[in-house]
Amino acid sequence: MTASFGPLANRRLLLKGAGLVALIGLGNAVLHAAPAFAATNDNKYPEDAFRQKNATDAIKALYGRDHEASDKIKLDAPEIAENGGVVPIAVTTTLPDVTSIAFIVAENPNALAASYKIPEGTVPAVANRLKMAKTSSVIALVESGGKLYSATKEVKVTVGGCGG
Amino acid sequence: MTMRRRDFLRVSGAAALAAPALLRSVRAAETVSLYDVEKFGNARILHMTDTHAQLKPVYFREPSVNIGIGEMWGRPPHLVERAFLERYGIRPDSAEAYAFTSFEFEKYSGRFGRMGGFAHLKTLIDKLRADVGDRRALLLDGGDLWQGSGLANAMHGADMVSAANLLGIDAMTGHWEFTYGEEALRANLARFKGEFLAQNVFLTEEAAFNDAKAFDPGSGRVFKASMIKEIGGARIAVIGQAFPYVPVAHPRRFTPDWTFGIREEELQKLVDGLRGADKVDAVILLSHNGMDVDLKLAGRVTGIDVILGGHTHDAVPQPVAVSNAKGTTLVTNAGSNGKFLAVLDLDVGKGRVADARYRLLPVYSELLKPDPAMQALIDQTQQPQVAAWSEKLATSDRLLYRRGNFEGPTDDMICEALRSQLDAEIALSPGFRWGTTLIAGQSIMLEDVLAQTAISYPETYVQRLTGAQIKDVLEDVCDNLFNADPYLQQGGDMVRLEGLSYRCAPAEAIGRRISDLTLANGRALEPGKTYKIAGWASMTAQDGKPVWEVVATHLRSVGLTSAGTSTVTLSGVDGNPGFAAPS
Repeated sequence: MTASFGPLANRRLLLKGAGLVALIGLGNAVLHAAPAFAATNDNKYPEDAFRQKNATDAIKALYGRDHEASDKIKLDAPEIAENGGVVPIAVTTTLPDVTSIAFIVAENPNALAASYKIPEGTVPAVANRLKMAKTSSVIALVESGGKLYSATKEVKVTVGGCGG
Repeated sequence: MTMRRRDFLRVSGAAALAAPALLRSVRAAETVSLYDVEKFGNARILHMTDTHAQLKPVYFREPSVNIGIGEMWGRPPHLVERAFLERYGIRPDSAEAYAFTSFEFEKYSGRFGRMGGFAHLKTLIDKLRADVGDRRALLLDGGDLWQGSGLANAMHGADMVSAANLLGIDAMTGHWEFTYGEEALRANLARFKGEFLAQNVFLTEEAAFNDAKAFDPGSGRVFKASMIKEIGGARIAVIGQAFPYVPVAHPRRFTPDWTFGIREEELQKLVDGLRGADKVDAVILLSHNGMDVDLKLAGRVTGIDVILGGHTHDAVPQPVAVSNAKGTTLVTNAGSNGKFLAVLDLDVGKGRVADARYRLLPVYSELLKPDPAMQALIDQTQQPQVAAWSEKLATSDRLLYRRGNFEGPTDDMICEALRSQLDAEIALSPGFRWGTTLIAGQSIMLEDVLAQTAISYPETYVQRLTGAQIKDVLEDVCDNLFNADPYLQQGGDMVRLEGLSYRCAPAEAIGRRISDLTLANGRALEPGKTYKIAGWASMTAQDGKPVWEVVATHLRSVGLTSAGTSTVTLSGVDGNPGFAAPS
């Protein structure tokens, strides 16, 4: 666990965010983070992006550009989900001038799980819980200085049982 | 007895336990008896693991199928029978071959007898401690100490806490310990004289919000993560690593407030802190990850000298040396059921381990005089149950064992009982790696059935599943066993089946391993058709009779039925050193 144990974080968690996301503020970050805020330059809800079925189309609809892997993004996710219904995922980055962060669950029926606009001067750190239908790669996208970067991790969802 | 002793002495040559290149080789001296371990270094760590509450000596047949695929092909621990014996230079007719492998197990079980037992372990441990002086030795237990017998299950492990205290266990970590729930776990730990260490168990966010009990509320760590002991003039740190997938492998209801995981990053920070601020000279990870997971972890986390491993029940005679960015970590696994005691002798200097020697000693019960105090404790603890659990249910007409990747006669017996008593087309039984072995001709008592089934969620169930759902379950469980990434394996074996045969290709990816699903009547399993399934150990709460009652009823009324008719045919394992064809 990272720094998500503060009372504020926990109280917010209980409020449960709309749709797929429950939002947890990390540290002092003030997140304008709800589906009502678009990651693109205007502040409209990115309806089209959330409708896309696969990762490529969702990224294209949201950002309209390619992404490259970056080791400056730290994606925390479990190797095996303890409960596929609420998988804790957190992202922090040392990339400069971050304007948005988004999460893709490639194998979900709708690939885009959450998109956050990061206002200027805000610490780029987001933690939330994703609902995962099955084992999938989870992609964290970070828009920084007008470019798009990513970190990917596979999270396994299993029926479980049969431990040694 | 005299004959037996001569057998042991004749065959227990020193060649069997030669150390790998990294370690200095053990001196071959035939005059040295098996348990006279040559003194070395300034700190002795004794390690036992996965005893599964077997207080009395047992038979336990090691697997003849323990397949490694991909990078793990032919690498320890994925070696069986002749491949194992050749790799470690063990003579096929030796006591070591009997202890470490399944090679001609039935033949040699008569010659070398039962193994382990806490009274025998106590004698051996006391000797090995006394040999170096008690202040130069530590006794560590890797977990799965409190579960595996009817008695331990009925007492929620309290019997094993008493035994652990008498044995003098300095620290332990856990796995099945968690399946008695938080209240029972904490009650046991209040009595336990050693430390319970787990760096990878944290409060969930909800539990933290509700001020649930934690060892360190700041980090959310539920238990103490590590301890530092001064031994032989050196500061030795021991970190506990509990089984990372407790809420995945067992019903979530036992640990609702806790979240687990491998927690590499937190582990690295812990190691760095111990080496930095705490200035320790050596770092030991007492792990219940399983050997494949430990081997991967050793290459990624730096600063650990030795990982003393368990969970996967692999009896590996020599440590595997794994290189990482800052040095080398030795990885061990010390078998199960009290069959083995590991002796790690360290020569620890200022801030570093200069040299190490490791021996995995087989615990031959007939060579060790049982400790009277421990024997008295065992007899006293077991007394209330002896009459009820000594009921003879049937006589075994064959070797009954469980361990193996796919199937074994014990699970054939359980599945046949489920299928028959619950009137189902197909029976499922979990691929546990514990469960002792019965020799042909032995009586099967209720206590023996409990030793295969005693868990805190034993309820049987009957449900209807489609052919497609059944295949998905098999694929899912098989992936937990053979996923190319060890971090995505949970360490159990394949679910056992009766009433359904199949073909399995372990090296394939999920969704493509299982094929040719065939019912007992010879017909193919149809994806869209519904079938009646019986099983036990469900992840969701069930209300059927405990499985041991179902099995006992079946044995009393029908007896041991003919060998299982369902088969697993393997593809792509020809020549795999982890596979020995049935002899």
